[in-house]
Amino acid sequence: MATVYVNGKPVDIGNEKLNLIQAAQKAGVLIPHYCWHPALTVVASCRMCLVEVGERKPDGSVAMQPKVVPACQTPAKDGTIIVTNSAKAVFAQQQTLEGLLLNHPLDCPVCDKAGECLLQDYTYDFGRATSRMIDDKFAPPNKPNIGADIALFTDRCIKCSRCVRFTREISGTAELMFVARGEHEEIDIFPGEPCNNKLAGNVVDLCPVGALCSKDFLYKHRVWNLKTQKSVCADCSTGCSIWLDANKSIVYRLRPRYNPQAQGHFMCDDGRLGYHYVNSIERFLRPMARRDGRLTPLPWTEMVPAIRRAFQNAAQKEAASVVGVLSPFLTCEEAYLIAKFLKGLSNQVRLALGPVPIVGEDDTYPKDRHGRPIQPVKFTIRAEKCPNRRGVEEILRHFQGEIISFNDVVRDAAEGRVQAMYLAAGYPPRPGGWVSEMQAQMIQRVPLVVCHDLLPSPVSNFAHYVLPSASWAEKEGTFINHAGLAQALYWGAVPAGEIRTDGQVFLDLLERRGLLHAATLRKELAAEVPYFAPLAERDLGEYGILLEKKTAEAGVN
Amino acid sequence: MPIADSDVKWVTAPKIGLMEQLYLPAIFEGLQTTVRHTAKTLFGDGAVTQQYPEVEPKLPPNYRGVHRLNRDEQGRVKCVACYMCSTACPAHCIDIVAAPSPWPDREKYPETFVIDELRCIYCGMCEQACPVDAIELTTLYDLTGLSREELMFDKEKLLSVFDETVKAGTDPIRTRAGRLSVASELPVDVGLTNSSSAQS
Repeated sequence: MATVYVNGKPVDIGNEKLNLIQAAQKAGVLIPHYCWHPALTVVASCRMCLVEVGERKPDGSVAMQPKVVPACQTPAKDGTIIVTNSAKAVFAQQQTLEGLLLNHPLDCPVCDKAGECLLQDYTYDFGRATSRMIDDKFAPPNKPNIGADIALFTDRCIKCSRCVRFTREISGTAELMFVARGEHEEIDIFPGEPCNNKLAGNVVDLCPVGALCSKDFLYKHRVWNLKTQKSVCADCSTGCSIWLDANKSIVYRLRPRYNPQAQGHFMCDDGRLGYHYVNSIERFLRPMARRDGRLTPLPWTEMVPAIRRAFQNAAQKEAASVVGVLSPFLTCEEAYLIAKFLKGLSNQVRLALGPVPIVGEDDTYPKDRHGRPIQPVKFTIRAEKCPNRRGVEEILRHFQGEIISFNDVVRDAAEGRVQAMYLAAGYPPRPGGWVSEMQAQMIQRVPLVVCHDLLPSPVSNFAHYVLPSASWAEKEGTFINHAGLAQALYWGAVPAGEIRTDGQVFLDLLERRGLLHAATLRKELAAEVPYFAPLAERDLGEYGILLEKKTAEAGVN
Repeated sequence: MPIADSDVKWVTAPKIGLMEQLYLPAIFEGLQTTVRHTAKTLFGDGAVTQQYPEVEPKLPPNYRGVHRLNRDEQGRVKCVACYMCSTACPAHCIDIVAAPSPWPDREKYPETFVIDELRCIYCGMCEQACPVDAIELTTLYDLTGLSREELMFDKEKLLSVFDETVKAGTDPIRTRAGRLSVASELPVDVGLTNSSSAQS
């Protein structure tokens, strides 16, 4: 047990290996820092974290070091004394900030980082109000094409080297480097080798100032206008925890949210830039029914009873010929509700798993210069491009007993053994689409097809009812990632037009009153399906709940 | 930097005496103006009221009327699309869409800049917030339109207000034809005096 004294306050840090920044964090004291990042190696180059350090000897005497030292580089041990508010430490902070700001252009009004910039925050909290610089500022030219999605505003850089270390240590691709020295030191790439790896977008988040900016978000909005919501990336089965930044129901950007159980500190560019379909104008905006071969809008109040009646009739005639297809993009709650509705018609109604998009193989980082993966793996982009196959499968296993594949259902449809089909799709656009023309032709033989989807597809061209689906950014629920980690999803945008969330439509089909409330439904789900039992007790928390381990333990008991 | 406690000066409201509590001296003081104007109208050299709209009033240069977007020396819009005005605006009447600027000396410019003149409360917070003195309130006051859309002033309209006011010589006090006027410069002896030069 080690005790550290932060500004005179004793803090027990246990047996953890911490540096002084982390130890002070435990005491609730912020030691300002730029170059240090928990996922990267320590370089102690920005000098922002200079503090006074001393040691309390076992006999009670105190010995302080004569000079200020960088907190990020100094390990905390029993009896370490950290002083961040003494005249010497405060002077060091002010001097460092004045030095960092010497050549900083102070173009905050046009800088995208303004509002979430550490240089702004620390200057406000720890800096001097004025600069004594009388010479002209050094302003090297910008490099707008340092990466496909990254622009470098060279003059704003404070040379913390976080981005350089990221490309060397996490992505391994090492595109970024420092060239020249001293005042002329700047970030650069080798000619013709831009920073285009699949994790490149993270350097924008890592940059403590506005030097590296995302071209996707560049000048789109000011950050203080964005409403931030906790969410989960739906692009692959890794299920990265993210912040969803939206304003007036338009999603502007996604940022990684630290989650040691899911992905760590970062996220990939596929997910980061893969949200644009949420704002697409091609999305279905209102429920439509086919009348005389043409889709005509039908209000929800007529649509829901019509579908309910149609499926009840079909189930009465021949229940085994009624099929529900549950896509792996549904939340667990939605899958549960639609399964409940269809199985409630008759136990012989069949439920199948929708197509699971698999693209290539799992992509692991870091990589070497030739693109070959290196161990240990620090980040994985999964080949399975859907967020909730595990959760939907578990629900299918509970209600159906087995996992019927989409291909089996399509074959049955081609052979005329399906009389009614509910496609709870909600698939994002992907080259080739989720259903091929050939599969669509086979499904066309089904006399009643409900297509519940985001965007037009070969199936929606002939489906008898087309319902608009809500994207993951617009609904709340639970996703289970590849490792069985249950994470809560919250809505960050209101769906456009007459779109209702899928879960709400399923509630209406079940003739259950009220609005969808994920936490209540999760409790119900946990009580009914044993796999989800650990979700009943509490909120899923910041990092989610690992279901696999818990259920394994429950099985042993 | 947060404001240091030593820089904050606390003052208390002065105590009201018996005479002030009666309010009568204040009433008579106010009536003096009325009496003076009445005397002027009856016996003096003319009325203080004006025959609007035949006679247009001459408004002080710090009047807060219709907005204008200033041009720089090269005739380009001065605005850098920083959203400070729309952030400061209490009526949320400013809508900006920013884009990378087509000019090499600037990074950002407003692709569109729309002010809803009907929603605006003419408080002048936008011109205070502007870091480049690009938006200003002019002395134009007679704002009429036949539809709400007509009074959604876009970038071209706001720039044309600038051209109009420059031509008419009715620049607001902060700038003169897009260049900063004395009012926006720091006083020579840094203090709170020197306010009279602002009126020049």
